[in-house]
Amino acid sequence: MIDHDIIDRTLRAAMRTGGEFAEVFAEDRRSTSAVLDDGCVEELTSGRDRGVGIRVVIGETTGFAHTADLSPQGLVSAATAAAAAARGGGAGTRVVRVSPSEVARSAKVRILPTEVAKATKVGLLTVADESARASGSAITQVTARYGDGCRQTLVANSEGLLVEDNQIRTLFSVSCVATGDTGMQTGRESVGRTIGFELFDEADVADMARRAATRALTKLGARPAPSGTMPVVVGAGGGGVLFHEACGHGLEADLVAKSASVFAGRVGEQVASAGVTLIDDGTMAGEWGHYAVDDEGQHAAHNVLIRDGVLTDYMWDRLRARKQGRHSSGNGRRQSYRHLPMVRMTNTYISNGSDAPADIIAATESGVYVAQLGGGQVNTATGDFVFGMTEAYLIENGEITDPIREGNLIGNGPEVLTRIDAIGNDFCMGSPGTCGKDGQGVPVGDGTPTLRVTRMTVGGTAA
Amino acid sequence: MSELADIATRVASWAADGEEIEAFVARARETEIRAYGGEVESLTSAESSGIGVRVVTGGRQGFAYAGTLDEAALAETLTEARDNAQFAGFDEFNGVAHPDGVAPADLNFFHEELASFRTDDKVALAIELERATLAADPRIGSVESAEYVDSIFESAVATSTGIASTSRETGCYLAAYALANDKDETQTGFGFSIGREPEALDVTAASADAAMRATRMLGATKPPTARLTVVLDPWVTASLLGIVGHTLTGEAVQKGRSLFAGRLDEQVAATSLTLVDNATDPEAFTACNLDGEGLATRPTRLITEGVLDGFLHNSYSGRRDGTASTGSAIRGGFKSAPGVGALALTVTPGDRTPEELIAGIDDGLLVQGVTGLHSGVNPVSGDFSTGAEGLRIRAGETAEPVREVTIASTLQRLLHDIAAVGCDLQRLPTNAVGVTLVVSDVTMSGD
Repeated sequence: MIDHDIIDRTLRAAMRTGGEFAEVFAEDRRSTSAVLDDGCVEELTSGRDRGVGIRVVIGETTGFAHTADLSPQGLVSAATAAAAAARGGGAGTRVVRVSPSEVARSAKVRILPTEVAKATKVGLLTVADESARASGSAITQVTARYGDGCRQTLVANSEGLLVEDNQIRTLFSVSCVATGDTGMQTGRESVGRTIGFELFDEADVADMARRAATRALTKLGARPAPSGTMPVVVGAGGGGVLFHEACGHGLEADLVAKSASVFAGRVGEQVASAGVTLIDDGTMAGEWGHYAVDDEGQHAAHNVLIRDGVLTDYMWDRLRARKQGRHSSGNGRRQSYRHLPMVRMTNTYISNGSDAPADIIAATESGVYVAQLGGGQVNTATGDFVFGMTEAYLIENGEITDPIREGNLIGNGPEVLTRIDAIGNDFCMGSPGTCGKDGQGVPVGDGTPTLRVTRMTVGGTAA
Repeated sequence: MSELADIATRVASWAADGEEIEAFVARARETEIRAYGGEVESLTSAESSGIGVRVVTGGRQGFAYAGTLDEAALAETLTEARDNAQFAGFDEFNGVAHPDGVAPADLNFFHEELASFRTDDKVALAIELERATLAADPRIGSVESAEYVDSIFESAVATSTGIASTSRETGCYLAAYALANDKDETQTGFGFSIGREPEALDVTAASADAAMRATRMLGATKPPTARLTVVLDPWVTASLLGIVGHTLTGEAVQKGRSLFAGRLDEQVAATSLTLVDNATDPEAFTACNLDGEGLATRPTRLITEGVLDGFLHNSYSGRRDGTASTGSAIRGGFKSAPGVGALALTVTPGDRTPEELIAGIDDGLLVQGVTGLHSGVNPVSGDFSTGAEGLRIRAGETAEPVREVTIASTLQRLLHDIAAVGCDLQRLPTNAVGVTLVVSDVTMSGD
């Protein structure tokens, strides 16, 4: 992406005023998206965004500057700005020479999206639209979205690291509106993988559209959700959102270091029911949160965070790891070259238990079954978190019965983790997500088997 | 002509016969300083720019963008947008905006004082914010983040149909996120101060607010489920109004996604609610002279004393509706084509202070914060359910803090159940004004 001599020169400029650590992060991102709405392919968008973010660390202070000017002068001037931002005193030139680059490659890509005709991409949208509308006359609106992105990155730092990566992601989603006597309801289905256009060999968009439509149609007959505390069974796949919020964020070392997490100082303690094993794994080839190296040039890793209920470790980026004298866990990520990296999740999941999903439901006298979760949010300092249910049903006498309307569930992370009393043997990954933290969004995956929480608060309106 | 206007006008002038071009060019200069432990934790200083080009030809629309203003990139972006248009569907209403003769307001959102404010002084503000937050109350154990952020934003829109507009603005804010401790318990609270120049920022108010919000939650417990009257804090009201604004766009109506489609002139809310989108109100932090398509912004009445008055339009939805744009095109930056939405929603204030409103409530909940607005509120169906924390109201006074509850209703009911609007309009960095709002008959789910 950038000549190595120029990188050397840029790092030297960054270190000239006493920097202890300097880093160049270059990114070249090309993306395409297409939207069909209201029966018409509204628009195709394509774009290119590239630039460099330069970080200089002096003591406890990080200086950061970014630029879209990739000329040698542009880079040196950004490096100087970052160094000035870090308020370097003293002087002393340090020679920086990066090692020969390692070219990492996130998941093998068979079909580069850039080599697929735009007409083919648009064709998928039409298939989804027709399939959704054919699912029932009550389907009154359909939106289908296609997106792909190719993100080339290069990370070089004053410790001699130089790594390149190429991440390719492809995404498709369908949203439907169904209209009936009770008003309108929506249904959504999405798939996203860190692979190329071969995504559509495994994902059938017509089938996705039918599932989205069915979800909206089912909810036309939904009852108001109950309100109050009750057992909650979360279906396989999407339940990962629950852990992402209940404890995932709270295990990010930057929040832990600021005592802004209820899990601070609890490594080695039993924090969850026995049988709960939580893993964050950026190496899961093809998954939405996968990459070969993170945005600080560290290799992604399989990190066990909770083993059989015991907290084993947090997730780390370079800055926090260095303060603790340990290695990064490969969780340093950023939205783009315009952002500083911080600790982020990748693919976060709960491993399989041994219960049959049907038995878990049958053993639940009454409660709520959440088949599809929406997003969520957490306050890591208090542990209180919410997640939305976009497809859910009542459980009555051990059976799944009526669909219920949308709403949030609320719980407290440390409490909910110890109230998991059944874990199924049907693990699967859920839908692709975008995780937001401090205004930065990054792609994340999650997954779970079916599981039950003995008590959680369902935020409906029914008595 | 400014450099950005020159670029936009030049790209728009490359339109071929039968082709419409819109070029949007933007440049931002930003500084972000975070203080922690009495030192600068990070200082980001950056400039970014980009162009987004929309092409409409034969009723088909294409869009492309580039995160640079290099000469070569301009032509490449246009070529790409033209190519993209070939693959889009035909829609007779597609097109860029046309000059409509409405003169833009002449408000100045660019304050030189910010452009010349020294970095050292910005650093001092961030560090002082952290210090003041810690000092505001002995129970504040630390400040998770204390930041100073500013931006200088310039943009230009030009079209082959004759629009050539530019705008520039400055803005800055202080934000503190405090952690209050008592034994093993931690509670959080944020405080904020915004302005167009650093002189307008109020460290004392932001730090006191953060400390007050965090400490008053200490000892919070989870209450039993109840149906009660809720008093929404101005920040919460602003979020709610933002969602309501979303349902009042021409696009949502035309595409069958608005709760309010076909309900013009009907009573959709309590008579105490009068809602206007007015980006020409100089007090609004999101005020602007021009919308995302380069047309003059103008006040649009949406709900008057509870009766639905109208919808927001950009040029597309206006044409499709047989009316015209209300100057309500919004852009999320240079990477996407303009959409339609509210720019600066405001309500007619009531005549009572928050304290007076609370004094009239026997059993209620003052909601100081909500979570999961994106996951538990569906603007199409109207289902409304969010996580909440705040203070119980008993016999006209705020009482014990409560946490880990949800509040739920439907948007349709919430609007009808508005019992009062406060007199405390607050300008927040959101597309809606903040004000205390009293809503009756809401379900609070707890134990």
